[in-house]
Amino acid sequence: MSERSRPLSPHLQIYRFEWPMLLSITHRFTGVGLAGGAIVLVWWLIALAIGPEYFAFAQAILGSWVGRLLLLGWTWATFYHLCNGIRHLCWDGGWGFELRIARATGIVVVIMSIVLTLASWLIAYAARGG
Amino acid sequence: MSDRTPLARARGLGAAHGGTHHWWTQRATAVVLVPLTLWFAFSLAALGPADHATASAWLAHPVNAVLVLVLVAAMFHHLHLGLEVVIEDYVHSRWVKFATLILQKFVTIIFGFGAAFAVLKIALS
Repeated sequence: MSERSRPLSPHLQIYRFEWPMLLSITHRFTGVGLAGGAIVLVWWLIALAIGPEYFAFAQAILGSWVGRLLLLGWTWATFYHLCNGIRHLCWDGGWGFELRIARATGIVVVIMSIVLTLASWLIAYAARGG
Repeated sequence: MSDRTPLARARGLGAAHGGTHHWWTQRATAVVLVPLTLWFAFSLAALGPADHATASAWLAHPVNAVLVLVLVAAMFHHLHLGLEVVIEDYVHSRWVKFATLILQKFVTIIFGFGAAFAVLKIALS
């Protein structure tokens, strides 16, 4: 069968917008973004292995307002991807496909990602002060 | 695993020509990453903007060193599988796709080994 004659599925703009769509693509976006964050994590670990002087430089960059903004983004991306990942694992197990439940778990994921982000940053600022 | 159609079982290949192994490994690493990531994120938060002595003392502790090594292994395996799916979805030219997949594999391996080496150097020094 020729590949050209196969029917195509409608493109994205055909579908009516639903919040679960945004949550779904956000899972992918945060996943790719976290791959970038993993590179920064490796740089931070290598800075620690190099020695005190270079590590202080790395900490200064990460502690700058740009660094902190990026870290805040990566923190939220981590917790979002983690919580939504659990949601995906539930789907893989066959649970939570009903529209009502899928919407509810989506809201739980967003709330939990914000709560965990705030909690970790409160701990970080408390550690900085203490 | 018996979650495949009879034809797929007869062929021994999935749509990705690799069966369900890719899918299962992504889920298995995800399950491992849930507790490890929570532990690591909150440990880093508790460290705060630590100096070199504090951070390396934390990482040099055998329990932390081993858990960070497992975390790094699972993380890089998981992100490798995830990026593969993203590349397969969006890169349509056969050779560009092939080159991107191979390049991604190399880069991921280099950074994964870099992380493991850094942890071992700190833990063993």
